[in-house]
Amino acid sequence: MTPPRKKKLNLKKRYELMTRGLDWETSYQKMDDVFPYDTFEGIKITDWSKWEDPFRLTMDAYWKYQGEKERKLYAVLDSFAQNNGQLGISDARYVNAIKLFLTGVTPLEYQAHRHFAHLGRHIRGVGPRVAAQMQSLDELRHAQTQIHTISHYNKYFDGFSEFPHMHDRVWYLSVPKSFFDDACSAGPFEFFTAISFAFEYVLTNLLFVPFMSGAAYNGDLATVTFGFSAQSDEARHMTLGIEVIKFMLEQHPDNLPIVQKWVDKWFWRGHKMLGLVAMMMDYMLPKRIMSWKEAWEIYFTEAGGALFEDLSRYGLRVPKYADIATDEAEHISHQNWAIFYQYTQAAGFHTWLPSDEEMAWLSEKYPNTFDKYYRPRFEMWREMEAKGERFYNNALPQLCQTCQIPMGYTEPGDPTKIGFRSTEYAGERYHFCSDGCKDIFENEPEKFSQAWLPVHQIFQGNCGGADLGDVLKWYHMDNGIDNMDYTGSPDQKQWDAWQSARKRVAG
Amino acid sequence: MAGIVSITLQNNDEARPVIESILHDNPSARANYMPGAVKIDCPERLVVKAESVSERIGRDWDPQEIHLTIVSMGGSLDEDDEELVLSWGA
Repeated sequence: MTPPRKKKLNLKKRYELMTRGLDWETSYQKMDDVFPYDTFEGIKITDWSKWEDPFRLTMDAYWKYQGEKERKLYAVLDSFAQNNGQLGISDARYVNAIKLFLTGVTPLEYQAHRHFAHLGRHIRGVGPRVAAQMQSLDELRHAQTQIHTISHYNKYFDGFSEFPHMHDRVWYLSVPKSFFDDACSAGPFEFFTAISFAFEYVLTNLLFVPFMSGAAYNGDLATVTFGFSAQSDEARHMTLGIEVIKFMLEQHPDNLPIVQKWVDKWFWRGHKMLGLVAMMMDYMLPKRIMSWKEAWEIYFTEAGGALFEDLSRYGLRVPKYADIATDEAEHISHQNWAIFYQYTQAAGFHTWLPSDEEMAWLSEKYPNTFDKYYRPRFEMWREMEAKGERFYNNALPQLCQTCQIPMGYTEPGDPTKIGFRSTEYAGERYHFCSDGCKDIFENEPEKFSQAWLPVHQIFQGNCGGADLGDVLKWYHMDNGIDNMDYTGSPDQKQWDAWQSARKRVAG
Repeated sequence: MAGIVSITLQNNDEARPVIESILHDNPSARANYMPGAVKIDCPERLVVKAESVSERIGRDWDPQEIHLTIVSMGGSLDEDDEELVLSWGA
């Protein structure tokens, strides 16, 4: 017989006392002077007290649960390091997914920490202000635990040591970096829509759930543990995302067109950025859990479908070009991996061609596209490799002015034709990979015409010099060690030595 | 089509009684197992009852303990001392 559950001050009451109960209206200074940033975007809020965190988490409970999460996480990390966990992963190729994660994602966690700290000071309503403060601490925790965990791999594998430096300079890392710079230089409500709603609520499952499940499947105990520890905060971030959207839409009908435009923009930007994850799932995990297309179906088509059906009562519609993004789920991972294969000399992780077995898996998962459009290309490159003529693309690619990805994507409905759009602004012509990216530019040309595009910067002489060696040095990439194919890399040499030692022990 | 709500929990010792309670208290719920985690989908509404979890673990379970094992969710959430509810249209 279980004893009856104890009665305490009830959760709703406690939340009220610990948030609204601690807030006050300023009298020496005008509220508009104390909170100067939350009106200029045109979002109208008539009653901030209508905001409630559905988890009703208060700061005291927050510290308690976060402390427990940290204790559990560090016990595992310590044990992973003590027991040489790096020996237990499925294959050393797997580590390249972690390199991409540390250089591409971890610095975003830190950016998120900084910007949520800003919102935790500058949002007038106490409910979202407290939620932003908690999220700011979460994001700092994520950055720290990721760096701490992955530092163990840095002892044995290349490509990790210069991650913050690389994040600020390397061509493909400008994709996630510019995404976040765009959000952080927007107003507070756009940032909430971008990061809390479009990214955390609508798209983050596509990053973290398959990534962490993939880590679990590939024997990476450390990444699974920090990943799930971070993800436990993510559910709270997701509720912040959906609450902020509903709150804006409920507060005033004038907010709808502004919010819709942001939802359209940030869905498209997020979709393009997550192409890196698509490639990781379909090509970089030695043991795969699900294809990008399957993940898209579960997390966008099904979960996003239910979400937007629910939000339609406020007049909000499914993001513009969602249908095109869904079509692209058949192509994006193959096209991205092909870009990295061609530019392996400038990548901070190793590349390879899929094996026969891996291509069979891709055919099965992509019956409409892989054999028809992508297998022939990989097979041709394989033949070239066999003849000692491994293909390198030595021309610098044109980049999309908005998403900053090389213009390698194809037209909707025609995967044999490269997509290409352009527009003029203030006497200059700007180029885009898609209608979605072009629309975003045309809505904010003053902002996007200033984009720091890695290829333009190289040509302008701002990246260390005129040839590849100079640029790699400026990236802090060790030529012949951090870049190029997995086959022949120091990573491979070491892994093979570990494996043969294991066979000797097994006799 | 009724909107699906979902909750994803870690597949570990701490989450197992929570998963069991959810499957018991929501007869239409379906569990999808993946490495390291379980995604539970349910049409329209899903409830996690503190009483059910408490019975299974033999001590008082606070719904806020869900923060230790939750991975992701879909739906609008409402939490109080007795239960945590995911639904659409709330």
